[in-house]
Parts: sequence; C-alpha cells; structure tokens
Amino acid sequence: MHPAPSVIIFSTLSGIGFGLLAWLGFGYPAVTGWTAFAFFAIAYLLAVGGLIASTTHLGHPERALKAFSQWRSSWLSREGVCAVAALLIMALYGAGLVFFGTRWGFLGVIGALLSLGTVFTTAMIYTQLKTVPRWNHFTTPAMFMGYCVSGGALLANQWAEAFWLLLLTAIIQVIVWWRGDTALAQSGTNLATATGLGTMGGVRPFEPPHTGTNYLLREFAFQVGRDHAFKLRILAMVLAFAIPLLVILLPGAGHFMALIAVISHIVGVFASRWLFFAEAEHVVGLYYGKRTV
Amino acid sequence: MTTLPQSTEKKLGLVIDLDTCVGCHACVVSCKGWNTENYGAPLSDQDPYGKEPSGTFLNRVHSYEVQPDEGHAALVHFPKSCLHCEDAPCVTVCPTGASYKRVEDGIVLVNESDCIGCGLCAWACPYGARELDAEEKVMKKCTLCVDRIYNENLPEVDRVPACVRTCPAGARHFGDFADPDSNVSILTAERGGMDLMPEQGTKPVNKYLPPRERDRSEDVDILAPFLDPIAAEPQGFMGWLDKALTAMPGGR
Repeated sequence: MHPAPSVIIFSTLSGIGFGLLAWLGFGYPAVTGWTAFAFFAIAYLLAVGGLIASTTHLGHPERALKAFSQWRSSWLSREGVCAVAALLIMALYGAGLVFFGTRWGFLGVIGALLSLGTVFTTAMIYTQLKTVPRWNHFTTPAMFMGYCVSGGALLANQWAEAFWLLLLTAIIQVIVWWRGDTALAQSGTNLATATGLGTMGGVRPFEPPHTGTNYLLREFAFQVGRDHAFKLRILAMVLAFAIPLLVILLPGAGHFMALIAVISHIVGVFASRWLFFAEAEHVVGLYYGKRTV
Repeated sequence: MTTLPQSTEKKLGLVIDLDTCVGCHACVVSCKGWNTENYGAPLSDQDPYGKEPSGTFLNRVHSYEVQPDEGHAALVHFPKSCLHCEDAPCVTVCPTGASYKRVEDGIVLVNESDCIGCGLCAWACPYGARELDAEEKVMKKCTLCVDRIYNENLPEVDRVPACVRTCPAGARHFGDFADPDSNVSILTAERGGMDLMPEQGTKPVNKYLPPRERDRSEDVDILAPFLDPIAAEPQGFMGWLDKALTAMPGGR
C-alpha cells in the first residue's frame, strides 16, 4: 500500500493523543487547573491535529460531514462518530477540571472509553480488509491499542504503567511483523485464484493492460526493499521502545529526559506506521505481477 | 444505506469468455468512450500525450501466459472490470452511503455527489475494479452501462453495455444470472463459468469462461504423410548438376 503521509501522521498523532485523553479520563494523573489545561492542550493538539491531517487524504473534504451517516455498516464512519463524541465529552470533562477544579468522573470514564473506541475503530478500518492479508488479523487492533495506551501513559507521566505497556506493545509489534511476513502466502490468494487459470498450469503475467502507470499501481503496488524494511524495523524498535524504556529505568530522570522519551517514542511510531502501510500487500498487485510469493 | 440488500430481483452481469477474447482492447476503448461522456464525472487522463500518461479506466485487459505441465504455453487475454459482487465489500466500507448495490438489478453504483474520495472502497475491492479519478476526486467504476441498458432512446440492439456491444470476437455476454434460462446462465453452466478469487468471499456475479482445451498435434495430423518431401536425393538432370557442382573447385 502507498504510505500516504496524511494517514501516517493521522494515525500516529491521533493514536497517542486519544491515548493521553483516555488516561486523563480515567483520572491519571489527577490534575486540575492550569496543569490540567496543559495536559488537555497537548492531547487535543495531537488528536485534532491528526484528524485534520487525515482530511487532506480525502478527495472532497467539504463533504466530510456525510461520513457520519453510515455508522451501522462502516468502520470509517464509526471512527468519525467516536472521534467527535470523544472530543466533545472530553472537552466538557476537561472544562470541569480546568475551570471548576472538579472531576466529573462519570463523564471522564465515558470520554476515555470513546477515546479508546476511536483508536479501535481506526484499527478496524484496516483489519476488516480481506484484500490486505497482512492487516486482516486480530493482532492489528491489538497493536494499535498497544501503541495508544503505552504512548498515552508515557505522555500522562504514568511511568510504571508505561514501562509494562511499552514492553507488551513491543512484543505485539514483533508478532505482527513475524506473522505479517507470511500472511499473503498463507491467505491462499495468488495469481492462480485471481485469474482462475491455475487449474490449467502455472500462470505468469505476460503483458500489463497499459504501458504507463495508473491509480491502482500508485495506491496498491508500493514495494519496499527488504534491507530497508529490516533497518527501519530495528530503528522503530529502538526509538519507540528501547530509548523510552531506558529513560524510565534511569533514576531521577526529569522533565527534559521525559521529553526525549516522548519524542523518541513518537518518531519510532512514525517509522512503524510507515512500515505498516509500505509493507502491506494488496491482492490486486497479483494481477500486475507485483507480488511474488 | 451502505448495507447490502438481502437479495436482488435481477442479477445483471457479464460473462467473459477467455477462450475467444483476442486481446484487442476494443472493450477498453468503447467503455472509456461511452462512460467519459455519459453517467457521472468524465474519466480523466493526466499527461495523455506526454512522457507519463495515466488515466481512469473502468475496464482493463491483462494478458497472462499459462504453462501446462505438458505441451505449449497458452496466452490468455484477461479483461477485468467490476464483477458486481453479491457480497460486495466495497459497499459496506463506504462511510457516506455513496456506494450502493441496487435492489432491482444488483448493479453496484457510486452516487458521486456523496463520495468524499476517501478511497476505502478501492482498498476493499480485491479486483482493482474501482479507480479514484485524479481530476474529479471521486470514485469511478463500471456501471454496467446503466444509462444504455434501460435507454429507450437507443435502438434495442444497443441496449447492452458498450463493451459487449463492441466486442468483435463475441467474447462478452450480458444478461440476468437470476434467470436460469438466460443466455449468461446457460453459458456459465455449459462452459464451467468460474469466479475470480472465490476465497475472498465476495460472490462475484460476473463469470469467466475458462479457455477450452487446445487441439493436440496428433489429432490434426492426418495429412502429414502426404506432406513428406517427395525426393530426398535429387534425380536425373538435377542429380547430375548437383554432382557436377560438388566436384568443381570450391564445391562442398
């Protein structure tokens, strides 16, 4: 799949932003007044900034309101509904903390669940696609949720929880890569089933339909070099997990070190998310001979 | 609503005969010609006469080489367009309801004024049947020429999809798969019409007829004995000439 910057920025920043909102909703850290304002400002910048980035991916963003209508059937629609509901309820909850110094716990829990729901529905947009065997598995939402709650914990200054959640997410990430590398071969979809000609013999692409490129090739036939992918995986593991874990283990790490950990984590998640799209094989590539299994 | 209908009254679709398709791409051209000036936004081209031409097409013809265990490889031309699936994943993923499957005839269409151009339906389609137009930024797909097949302003013979009407090899057939006595149902039953990627669970309506088995050389070789060379060694005057020339200096 084409690793579109808009979608990578969106899912990375919003994932962490909604993660922080979830922690704040559950009352961790229990902040009020200006401290609460700072936490909420960071969370909203990340979550809303990501959502705005995602609209640049649309051909007709001016019609985006229509996307709230099909929540009964569409995960993308559900994501929109969840995101707006989470942002509205968390704004009310945040106003209580910042301006009135009171924690409306019920509102916070609802907002936190909606925030988690937003990231879950984002993950399900990818997970539902049978056309991308690498994504079509329960480990995809597990990974998205892992990044959401561990990144959120890091930002929410919940370091004890962040430590274990980062470890858990790192393990899920490795499983996702390990399983994903054989997912297309395991899916049973290949050029033989795509053309139905497999019963006659071995099928090989002879001529593409056109000499130039097209939307399908631009969108679905992205291929990343194996060496590059491996290096980026190592980089993602070091930046997203190893460095933040080290900072947490350092005795007496202050605000500056915390900032290093957070930035390192976010850059690592960007690398992981780029790979999530770039390495994903869409079965339509089979018709163009772009997938050698 | 982007939920799929439980069942449709008709199941209109195509039968594509991989045995008779000659790979001329006439269906591609007629499809683009009809659909760029009729239903919905035009099918744009980018840099059409330049270095990197690219454009929106609703129908494309691939060519594959099939190598059997024994014998010669076969070249199979493979037209591909929307299969108007019964369980169309492109419809259910749509967040706006722009993508829908018609209850009356099963055609999968896009309401372009509701399309936000998110591209998720194209992601959900395993066949590459949907293309986001680079100019109009809305999703384009085969409409089964919905503006031809019911069009009473056209002569009756033209009330079929443009690709079917134009095919010079008779490799494309249009009809109702819900009717067991229709031309397409009979063709599918007689020739073993198949689904593409059945494991994806999309239940495509369009069917592909596999290439028939090729004639083998021993079956057509009854004239071979009469085609043997008549004289291996030249006789008479030609024989003398051959010997004489060979004996000359520089002869073989």
